[in-house]
Amino acid sequence: MIAGAPVISLGAVAIALLVSLEAQRRGIRRAWGRRFFQHPLAWFGIFMVTTFVLLAIAAPWVTRYPPSQPLDIIALQNRPPSLLHPLGTDVYSRDVWSRLIYGSRVSLSVGALAMLLAVTIGALVGAVAGYMRGGIDAVLMRIVDVGLAVPRIYLLLLAVALWEHLPLVLLVLIIGLTGWFGTSRLVRAEVLALREREFVVAARAIGGEPGRIIARHVIPNVLTPIVVSAALGIGNVMLLEAGLSFLGFGVQPPTPSWGNMIADGAAQLATAPWSTLFPGLAIALVVTSLNAVGDALRDALDPRRYRVGDA
Amino acid sequence: MNEPLLSVRDLKTYFVTERGEGIARAVDGVSFDLYPGETLGLVGESGCGKTVTALSLLRLVPEPPGHILAGSVIQYEGRDLLGLTPGELRAVRGAEIAMVFQEPHASLNPVFRIGDQVSEAAIVHQRLSRRAARAKTLEMLELVGIPDPARRIDAYPHQLSGGMLQRVMIAMALICHPKVLIADEPTTALDVTIQAQIVELLERLQAELGMALILITHDLGVVADTVDRVVVMYAGRVVETATTRDLFAHPLHPYTEGLLRSVPRLDDPRRRLAGIRGQVPAATGWPAGCRFHPRCAYTWERCVADEPPLFERREPGTRDAGYARTARCWLLEEPGRRDDRHE
Amino acid sequence: MTTWLVRRFAASLIIIFAVVTLVFFIIHLAPGEPFLPQGESYVDPAVTQHVREEFGLDRPLFVQYVDYLRALAHGDLGESFAERRPVSEILAETIPDTLVLTGTALAIDLLLGLVLGIYQATHARRIRDVLLGYATLFLSSVPTFWLGLLALLVFGEWLHWVPVGGMSDPVVHRSLPWLARFGDDAWHLALPALVLGGVGAAGTARYQRAAMLEVIHQPFIRAARAKGVSEGRLVLVHALRNALLTFITLFGLSLPFLLTGAVLVETVFAWPGMGRLAAEAVFRRDYPVIMAVVIAASVMVVLGSAVTDLLYAAADPRIRVHDA
Repeated sequence: MIAGAPVISLGAVAIALLVSLEAQRRGIRRAWGRRFFQHPLAWFGIFMVTTFVLLAIAAPWVTRYPPSQPLDIIALQNRPPSLLHPLGTDVYSRDVWSRLIYGSRVSLSVGALAMLLAVTIGALVGAVAGYMRGGIDAVLMRIVDVGLAVPRIYLLLLAVALWEHLPLVLLVLIIGLTGWFGTSRLVRAEVLALREREFVVAARAIGGEPGRIIARHVIPNVLTPIVVSAALGIGNVMLLEAGLSFLGFGVQPPTPSWGNMIADGAAQLATAPWSTLFPGLAIALVVTSLNAVGDALRDALDPRRYRVGDA
Repeated sequence: MNEPLLSVRDLKTYFVTERGEGIARAVDGVSFDLYPGETLGLVGESGCGKTVTALSLLRLVPEPPGHILAGSVIQYEGRDLLGLTPGELRAVRGAEIAMVFQEPHASLNPVFRIGDQVSEAAIVHQRLSRRAARAKTLEMLELVGIPDPARRIDAYPHQLSGGMLQRVMIAMALICHPKVLIADEPTTALDVTIQAQIVELLERLQAELGMALILITHDLGVVADTVDRVVVMYAGRVVETATTRDLFAHPLHPYTEGLLRSVPRLDDPRRRLAGIRGQVPAATGWPAGCRFHPRCAYTWERCVADEPPLFERREPGTRDAGYARTARCWLLEEPGRRDDRHE
Repeated sequence: MTTWLVRRFAASLIIIFAVVTLVFFIIHLAPGEPFLPQGESYVDPAVTQHVREEFGLDRPLFVQYVDYLRALAHGDLGESFAERRPVSEILAETIPDTLVLTGTALAIDLLLGLVLGIYQATHARRIRDVLLGYATLFLSSVPTFWLGLLALLVFGEWLHWVPVGGMSDPVVHRSLPWLARFGDDAWHLALPALVLGGVGAAGTARYQRAAMLEVIHQPFIRAARAKGVSEGRLVLVHALRNALLTFITLFGLSLPFLLTGAVLVETVFAWPGMGRLAAEAVFRRDYPVIMAVVIAASVMVVLGSAVTDLLYAAADPRIRVHDA
């Protein structure tokens, strides 16, 4: 099992390749899929993200060493990349590749979950505010104003500092809770526009109740800003988490996260740059991929082009 | 007959479609002449290529995805417009040949005052000072019938109605006194009463300024009133040309016939609205043979097999013996088939 | 116009008030003690009690709140727990240092981003644009603190082009003539400002490119082209003037950054700015400083928003600041 790690890693990459090629093949059947894949980086983005996700899932099988266990405190401290340690070892004599892969589990899941939370809250609040208008809208948007009034990083610092040791769940929760304000405004704008369109007016005319209308008519059509928000949001959250972990406020050692790996390696940057270089590179690659996918999605799903019907 | 001012021969403008569905042959071999001071109507349903033709004249077609094929000729006063350098082309645009577009609200820059936008062409082409250009602009605004021009000159587009904006556009196009004005569906986006006013305005301006006018429209009513000669387009090609009188009195091409029959008449209220069956085909797939044959009431085997050329016809008693009538239809060779009408 | 200003001012006050209240109660109600940096476990309760009394933290929460508000109304931001001196003093020292960094970074960000975005839009879809697009995509996705570390490594350690951190040379600075002092400052400023500004510019360029492209395809550009206007004028006058509206939004959103600083980059470069101050205050549970920083930040956000709206109304004739 352990000797097979490189092979399994390559296998994961191969599977990611196949998956993204298949996604492209299926995708170009639809108009929006064709527009999506016209962006050369869109395919690359999907491939990269899939690769990282697969590697993260297969962590026990693609790594040879446990991520948080010092291996040989003297001989293996700060070793440069080699055959046994493809990304080298860090200051605590741990295998960097291992920590990178296990760290990706943390960074990716924090990113995905926090984004999911933020986008869900944002979409709901935005949809309700936009559809109901009046008093409810005013109150909700004031809350959004307050939420946007403090820069997110300060809110996060505030939150993480108040607890002695921040459990991961709480970290996800806080990041999510501080990130829905922008999405809610986007969704609200869409909903306001949508509200006056014929099919919604018709649904109201036959006496549909607001909840049903929102769920069945409004939300499917506002999916565009939501989906784009989501894709771009994960990248943002990952950068935030990395920053927080770097400062020592986020994921606590010895649990690896790409952010705190960078912090660990910062002190010996001059002598052993690889322990800082690779986690940062990983973040850059994943966030770039997510941004590329988000951009391509935004162009592909652009409602202005999509709503060909009502010229 | 004097020399044509503008001469188009075998103009072909194709577009590469983004979905890789092939090439859209929007304009597929169009030829016509424009004489000084005349009003030429370019008529056809949407999708027939009339707008692309107009844009091609000034080379305003976006280069990818569109492009004008080699072999197309657009001669203006003896010069080939397609061979001009960008600088030479810019000197023609606005000063010699000007264009008015369909949507007045969208065709004016929302953040600049209308006066400045009208003056711009005069400043660019005639190097007028701002004050001189402004004076000229005031003149033009009055000429096109804008009430209270001294105040309106500083207005922004969103402050004016569609009809007013269209007048502004016309002023903008004519400020350098071009010899040709191309009006692309100038009335389509406007209310009916305003439409009449704009058409009247164009007529009056033509009388006063003497420019040639290419009026592009799908509305035969507009054509009947103002136009000297008509060019009917279908599926990227010219299918009939005639003087207005001859066209309306005695259409040769079945498509023109269909267009005329589909205009509702006040003096015959009980007749069912007639249309032309079928739909305009997509420019990526023109039908084989005669492009109109799937919708034609006279089709026979020859129409499916071969595309007819543009036949010339000098009919006795036509008003202007100087131009020949043309029509792209096999019926001109086999007139007997006209009795064989089948719906 | 005046009505709008008054209403806007009132709304802003309410928002800031809400922020102050929210943050105050969050800080004071959450678990954890001030004076105990994270990690410290045991202090004699008597000592804790004495210190709490000294700082008035044993009084009822609401009383503390009212006192704070009253002091705030007089411009008194309290005294820092950690440094035992007025918070306003600390801020007065820190804000100029922050502005030097953020001002320079923002200038680089906006100017470079604008030019790049326009350049890309005018060469859209060609190789230059595609390559620049990749570069801006990557650069705007990179963690700034990581980039800062690498930049320090390459330009500081290896090449010795710039010093490795701090705002000025701690030893020599004061004794230098002012020109050399300026040079010393600039030398220290270069890298952090470039890193911050560069990453920002990448994002701005992407935004601006999209905005320009949207405008370039509008019918009024084609109509202007039909008048014989040169391509250069079409882009720089007709199109840009419209795309400026997006730019104004960007500018307004970036204004708060001037004061809040960049927490991560300041930490990496040991730059004594508001960002680093905030992080430290949070680490040390220095409540008054935290409150002050948060208030300052929200004031900037609200101000930025108002400035954006004003600029937008000035730039777009379709929107006028009405009393309605």
